[in-house]
Amino acid sequence: MIEIKNLHVTVADKPILKGLNLSIGAGEVHAIMGPNGAGKSTLGYALAGRDGYEVTEGSVSYNGKDLLDMEPDERAAAGVFLAFQYPVEIPGVSNTTFLKSAVNSIRRARSEKELDAMEFLKLIRAKTKQLGMTDEMLKRAVNVGFSGGEKKRNEVLQMAVLDPAFCVLDETDSGLDIDALRIVADGVNALRGPDRAILVITHYQRLLDYIVPDKVHVLANGRIVRTGDKGLALELEEKGYAEFGVDEAA
Amino acid sequence: MAKTVTITDTPAPAVQPYLDHHGRVASSLPGGDLSWLGNLRAEGIARFRKQGFPGARVEAWRYTNLRPLEKVAFEPAPAGGGPSAAVSVDLLPTVMPAGQPSHRLVFVDGAFRDDLSSIGTLPEGAVVTSLGHALNSHADLLERHLGRVGVTDSNPFQALNTAFLADGVVVHLPKGVAVAEPIEVVFIGTGGVSEKPTMHHPRILVVAEANSEATLVEHHLGQGVGTYFANHVTEIVAGEGARLHHYKVQRESTLAFHMATVTADLAKDASYDNFVLTMGGRLSRNEIKPVLNGTGVECRLSGAYMVNGQQHCDTTTVIDHAQPHCTSREVYKGVIDGTAKAVFQGKIIVRPDAQKTDGYQLNRALLLSDTAEIDSKPELEIYADDVKCSHGATAGELDDDQLFYLRARGIDLESARNLLIAAFLADAIEEVRIDTVREAFQGMVTGWLKTQRA
Repeated sequence: MIEIKNLHVTVADKPILKGLNLSIGAGEVHAIMGPNGAGKSTLGYALAGRDGYEVTEGSVSYNGKDLLDMEPDERAAAGVFLAFQYPVEIPGVSNTTFLKSAVNSIRRARSEKELDAMEFLKLIRAKTKQLGMTDEMLKRAVNVGFSGGEKKRNEVLQMAVLDPAFCVLDETDSGLDIDALRIVADGVNALRGPDRAILVITHYQRLLDYIVPDKVHVLANGRIVRTGDKGLALELEEKGYAEFGVDEAA
Repeated sequence: MAKTVTITDTPAPAVQPYLDHHGRVASSLPGGDLSWLGNLRAEGIARFRKQGFPGARVEAWRYTNLRPLEKVAFEPAPAGGGPSAAVSVDLLPTVMPAGQPSHRLVFVDGAFRDDLSSIGTLPEGAVVTSLGHALNSHADLLERHLGRVGVTDSNPFQALNTAFLADGVVVHLPKGVAVAEPIEVVFIGTGGVSEKPTMHHPRILVVAEANSEATLVEHHLGQGVGTYFANHVTEIVAGEGARLHHYKVQRESTLAFHMATVTADLAKDASYDNFVLTMGGRLSRNEIKPVLNGTGVECRLSGAYMVNGQQHCDTTTVIDHAQPHCTSREVYKGVIDGTAKAVFQGKIIVRPDAQKTDGYQLNRALLLSDTAEIDSKPELEIYADDVKCSHGATAGELDDDQLFYLRARGIDLESARNLLIAAFLADAIEEVRIDTVREAFQGMVTGWLKTQRA
């Protein structure tokens, strides 16, 4: 489904990703682990199309299309979803308005009929219940006054509602206590399926106890330096990143 | 640099045509048999002659250049509206849902149009009528109140309006009377009817006696293609415990000049809300000057402005806390695009007696282009020692993180911008407490956004 070849990305003229290769098939869950500064979040932003993340070399093919040639909203409409490490607060825009605009923008882009208020409510009610979210959280402005856990649940809610084909979860476990982690992981696991690919970016192995990956990659100095199965995550937990020629403090 | 001050009895060249017009039409203005009115107009033209059009050296006009206005030779709009453009009653703006009763007065180029108006049924004793009619039916009321509130030597437009005073709106609410539905006033500037640019000077007088209540909604819009000058003055007299909600939407043509002066005299425990939504006009200014003249007054001034192209929009407020234990609140938000320029001058005066004053002022501007400009001048003049006054002014751009977040969820750039702009304006519009009006104004903002960058 997604084929990343020799990806080089610079941020403010500083090379961060230096020839990353990664291929994820439909139905697969991959994890990328790595120390701080390895380029994990840069990969997420580059895939989502954020300004300032300049691709200087390489390619990303998504279902045979050139992902890098698409605007951020076009990528979303095509089924790419980035769950943000730091979800953005938007005062003045209610969560409901935001979700409804997003759902209908994507439906429009896919030439599907837009949902009316009732249809949308029905869709969102079911999903919020699954994630243990309240109606009150839907009425509040997007992420404003949300706790860390609520923000992450809100990301997973958006993912569930927008029904993407390729999900990138950037440090979705950071700032979560164990209960919140379980709820978020359940939400993600509910989305696993033969037509969907999921890329979990994380610093710690803990999340992978709940979202069990098919493959684990170690990202260091802008490249994938090792690939293995879920056992690799446990090995990393035990030995740290130093084993891979990575200075954790770098 | 040497400063030259010339004192002369010769009016400035830009002023003379107005004096000439006045000389020509004064005797034919309505209410010619009322000597007090003749005197009032004579005082008006004398004050205008003295003040002329202020230049940038006059502090109150430092950021609003009147040269573009001075350069146009305006003629008084024909009496009675002349052969005015076809205006369809069905297309007149309203904040009321279709079919709901309201009280509506319509003016074309400053002249009352009975055929387009429907004043409807009012509570016993309440008066809502055109000023032209009131000169016959309520001359005493007018004599007592017209031209009494907030007359200054720093606003030539107020003086000019008085000089040409002929038509407008008179609202009189006797003690304890509440008008439930909004009183809607529609001002249409045609500009394109005659070949020459025209001017009109409508006056609104609201006299609200003790514990009365009403909502006044002004719609200003342009029709046609010509240049015109709409010079409005509104005088508000609110008695003890009176509650007035005063809302306005200005959608003049982008060739129009729009000047509006609002003065209000607020007695003990009165409450006065003023909200202005500005979208139109080439050069516009709203000068709002309430005097909190009794204890326990609550005064809220707010507004939202959205300008682009070469529009210039000036909001000038002077809140005069003359008595103790009063509250004032101001929330203004503006979106400025293109090479448009906005001005916000907000002065709060707290007189020596006005202890326990609570004043709050906020002005925030969103600049959508590198060439958009905001000049913001908050000014606190405090002569009492036990007061709480705060003000804040910010200018910023759309937040890139927010834009990206919205786009990453599939919302296209255009819609994402519009969502953020609407959200930015939302808390100013929230200041409108009357639901029907707030919803109507929100709809107009949404409409404006759709027309901007489509």
